[in-house]
This record gives sequence, C-alpha cells and structure tokens, in this order.
Amino acid sequence: MIEPSLSRDGVDGHFLQIRSIVKTYDDVVAVNDVSLDIAKGDIFALLGASGSGKSTLLRMLAGFETPNSGKIILDGEDIVSLAPYRRPINMMFQSYALFPHMTVEQNIAYGLKQDRMPKAMIADKVVQMLRLVHMEKYAKRKPEQLSGGQRQRVALARSLAKSPKLLLLDEPMGALDKKLRNRMQLEVVDIIESVGVTCVMVTHDQEEAMTMANRIAIMEEGSIVQSGTPRDIYEAPNSLQAAEFIGSMNLFRGAITVDAQDHAVIDSDEINNQLYVSYGVTTAIEDKHVVFAVRPEKTLISRDQPQGEYNWCRGVVHDIAYLGGHSVYHIRLNNGKILYSFMVNSDRFADQPTWEEQVYVYWSDDSGLVLRP
Amino acid sequence: MKKVTERLKRHAEHGKRWVIAVPTLWLMLFFALPFLIVLKIAFAESAIAIPPYTQLLTMADDAFDLHVYFGNFIFLTEDALYLTAYLNSLKMAAISTFLCLLIGYPMAYHIARAKPSTQTVLLLLILLPSWTSFLIRIYAWIGILKSNGILNNTLMWLGVVDQPLAILNTNVAVYIGIVYAYLPFMILPLYANLVKHDHSLIEASQDLGARWLQSFWRITFPLSRNGIIAGCMLVFIPVVGEYVIPELLGGTNSIVIGKVLWQEFFNNRDWPLASSLALIMLLLLMLPIHFFRKYQEKEWEEGK
Repeated sequence: MIEPSLSRDGVDGHFLQIRSIVKTYDDVVAVNDVSLDIAKGDIFALLGASGSGKSTLLRMLAGFETPNSGKIILDGEDIVSLAPYRRPINMMFQSYALFPHMTVEQNIAYGLKQDRMPKAMIADKVVQMLRLVHMEKYAKRKPEQLSGGQRQRVALARSLAKSPKLLLLDEPMGALDKKLRNRMQLEVVDIIESVGVTCVMVTHDQEEAMTMANRIAIMEEGSIVQSGTPRDIYEAPNSLQAAEFIGSMNLFRGAITVDAQDHAVIDSDEINNQLYVSYGVTTAIEDKHVVFAVRPEKTLISRDQPQGEYNWCRGVVHDIAYLGGHSVYHIRLNNGKILYSFMVNSDRFADQPTWEEQVYVYWSDDSGLVLRP
Repeated sequence: MKKVTERLKRHAEHGKRWVIAVPTLWLMLFFALPFLIVLKIAFAESAIAIPPYTQLLTMADDAFDLHVYFGNFIFLTEDALYLTAYLNSLKMAAISTFLCLLIGYPMAYHIARAKPSTQTVLLLLILLPSWTSFLIRIYAWIGILKSNGILNNTLMWLGVVDQPLAILNTNVAVYIGIVYAYLPFMILPLYANLVKHDHSLIEASQDLGARWLQSFWRITFPLSRNGIIAGCMLVFIPVVGEYVIPELLGGTNSIVIGKVLWQEFFNNRDWPLASSLALIMLLLLMLPIHFFRKYQEKEWEEGK
C-alpha cells in the first residue's frame, strides 16, 4: 500500500483542513465544532437549510468572520488570523457584488491591481479571463447592462483572476431562474474544472449540490450531519436527518427481531409484513428501536400479490402526481399511512394503476436501510 | 344619479391636474412673481419717490412710454467693490462647502454604518439644533467666540494661550458659523446615499485584496458621488448669498454679496442697484443649480 504523500498538501494529504471550528453569536451557536477535510481539486458543497451555519462557515473561510476557536489550514498554513485581503482565497458572492461603477474589464482587473501587477500583465490576464467565461464581447459594458447569467460569468472571472488557492461560491445559482440555473451549473463546473481550483460552495438546493459538487457535507444546526460523495449521501445516509434532508424517504419505525451477520429482520406496527435488510446491523442489546427507510424510486407497484413474506404491503392508490418522466404514486395503507412510490413512464400510454385501485408495493432485500431514530 | 357619478369621474381625471396646480400656483405666487418684480426694479432708475425707483411703463400723452435703464449693470462693473464682493462670496462658499464635506463625510459615513436604532438617534442629534432659531444659534457663537467668551476662557484656563484669541469678527468666525449652520445640509444627502450602499461590495473589495482605505477610495467614495454633489450644492448655493452669519460673526471688512445687497437696499435705498446685484448673483448660481438638478435626477432614478 502506498502512503499518502506528505508534501505540500498537509500531513494527511488534505489541501484544506477545517479543525474543530466553533462560532457563536452572543448565546447562539452558529457553527458547532465542525471539522472537514477537502482534497485539492475538490468541488465541495456545504448543503443545509438557512440558519444551518453553512454561510457562517463559508464567511470564516473568506475571513469575514473570525471563529471563536479552531483552525483553518490551507495548503499547510493556518489562515485563521489572516485578514480577508491577505488570504489566497476568492469568493463569488451570492448577489455577485460586481462594482456598479466599473466596466466588466475593470471589475476583473480590480484584484490584480491590488497586487500591483504590471499593466500589460493585467491586460493579458483580463483577456484570458474574459475568454474563459466567454465574455470577450462585453468587456466595456457596465454590470447593469448585463443579464443575470452574464453577471455571474463576470463574477466568476473576477474571483478566478487572482488564481486563488481556494474558490468560494455563495449560493452560486441563487439569483438565477430555474432554466438558466441548470445550464449555468454545468458551465460553472466546466470552468472551475478547467482551471483546476479547489472550490467550496454553499447551497440550500440539493439538486445543485449533487450536480456541481463531487463531495457534499450536510449541515444542520451548526454541525456536519454527514459528508461524502453525492451517491454515498443519497444511497447510504448515516442518520435519519441525512436521509430526510436529501430526496424523499418512506420510513417505518420498528424494532429489530433478528440480527444476523448478513441480514436483519425488523418488526414494525406501521406495516403488516416484516421488513428485511440484506446486511447485518449490529444492534446494541438495550436499544432495538430503529427506523427502516426505503426510497420511493426503489419500490415497485403491482396489481398481483408479490412472492415472499418480507418487504411488501397492500394499499390503495390515494393520489398520483404525473411529472412527465415519472409519476409519484401516493399509496394509502390500511392503517392510513401514506407510502410514496415512483413509476417510470417508459410507455407513452401504459395501463397503469389508477385512483382508488388496490395495489401492492414491494421492494428488493437490498433496497432498504436501517437508521437510528 | 348617473349624471352625478359621471361628473365625479370626470373630476377624478381632472384631479391629477389639480394636484399639480397647487405647487404651480405656489411657485408662481412666491417665486415667479417676486422674481419678475426684482427683474423690473433692476431695469429701473433710482428715484426719490415711493417706491424709490422709476416706473418701466408710464402713460404720457395717451401713449405708453417704455423706459428701460441698463445703468445699474454698468455701474456694477465700474466699482471694484461689487466684483470683490462676488468673488469673496464665491470663495467663502467654496471653502465652507469643502470644510462641510471634510467634516460631514465621516459623520455621514459613521451614521450610515451604525445600527438602525442608533442611526435614528444620531440623525436626530444632527437635526435637533435646527429646531431652535437660526439667529439665536448664531448669536450663541458670539458668546462662545468673543475675547472673554467660553472658548477663550477655557483655553486660558488650560494655559494653552496667554492672550485671548481674536476670533470673533474675523473670517475664521464666519467659517465656523457657516460650517456649523450648514453641516446638516451636507450630512443628510450624504447619509441618504451611503446608507443605500451594498456592504457586500466592500467585502468583495477586501476579498480581492484591498484594505479598508483602498476599498473606501475605489468603491465607497466613487459610489457616493451623487450624494457628495447634492450635499455640496445644498451648502454652496445658499452660502453664496449668506447675510446673517458674516454680519454677526464677521468683521466690518468682510465684504460679501449678502452684506453689500443689504447696504444698497436699506442704507442707500438704491433698490434698482440692489435688484441688479441680486440678479447677477442668481445668474452666477445658475450653473451649480443646474448641476444639482441633474445629479438629483440621477440619484432619484438610481433609487428606484
């Protein structure tokens, strides 16, 4: 096995290390003992609702807020005590914060001028940045003469002009409408990847985080709930909070009755049949209460009773939300509980179950997850 | 009944015009009409009569006789006193505007940066003095600045000076008075501008490597240009014609247009010459007034 290199990237191979950061405002704890490791070249998303502390954490990286305690080590250097203008970090603001009295060119050149770079070099760099974001034609325009997407490109160019070690994005798509958002998400990622800069972004939009980032940390009430790749977080949430935060989940509260090496069986009052997962859970003896979770797209609907004794239930179609690509079925069980199930609309006019029809919902043994309540 | 409602509707449409009619009438009555009277007097000759000037139009032998006299304007150019007075007034206005800006800008900046609740208190403190009579406040400065006044007594008690400073009846006293009296007119438009600034621009500037002072000169200051122009004009324009402060605090040798006007009008009873003096002053102020209007409009549009 090869040891991780002990070069510039810090002791354990991480480019940005956030260590036990705490930030309180008066009595309110905004960020509570957060530690994160971010590798060079990562696009890392901090995902959370408003008030989760994700923006405060980002502002501490930029230097606009000072943590009460903890370390932020970037490329081997603790930057906590550095003023914002001394940090090798640039930020793209949510409102873009373009200087309204300057042209696109002057906006991009602003940071370079602060470094007292020779004029000719600044001009070259500005042209290079304009080309990078496809805004060559708009060099002489003022920000007010640009559309939302164009402003964003200028803001991105301005924050990349100084070739920062770390790029921060604050709700990068927050000011754009939905259609433009989808296009710009991919375009921004392309630009960031072509430059190869390490990037930390903040967003409340899980779709945006999953589209743009290769690693995500979910924040709630100032703490990291889970961090990992988008797939890890979606398919293997480590807690109820994480599971409920991303996507939707069908949840059954219950207790473990069988806990073997390669499977576990759960009894729940909320469903007639037992629930089965194809992996061992290793429960503590004193607390057998768990939550069984299965995602709607992993469940299937049929008119015939499924085989086997586990992982199915009977109900009636309560509601159908036709979304084009797929439909969301709301299935009402005997006890009133509603289950969600996605059905892919692969045929244009298929004979699908309709309102008030009796159906069975089932899923395979490896679809479910056992979470701690 | 239908007729009544129709009539009311028509009135409602006319209502818009009526709303404009009130300020129009006001301006006609209190600005245009007095201005025309001054204009008329400026082109008349001084006479020992009541009122003390000749009429522009007279009736003689069943015919109108128009008598326009340009002598007042020619006289203004012949006596160096008037030119000195104009130049002194412009200089006084320019220097006090600059001083007001120098003192007012930091004050406006800090008010705009304060917590909203503190802002209200600070603005109130700026406005509070103007609730007392202007004349009384200027008189109070005589008490402060005179040789055995509060300022000199304090300085002598502290041992800073042995002899009382001669401040009263000098230009220094006039500047102190003007800056004191007109400072709110500088601070308020500046505050109104600065309070609208987006703080994230300053953060962006810092983020891109600028320190506080650089951020101020390259972002805040240029963006407050309209506020600076508005404040400067609000101070400059009235100070050019200022009479009370130079009269009360200045020396006999401080010749400014306001004082000369007073002398011509009341001491010499030469109404036509005083009117032409006032007319020339108005012409001089046309340029800054035009500037002020232009930037005020811009500020309005940006505020939308």
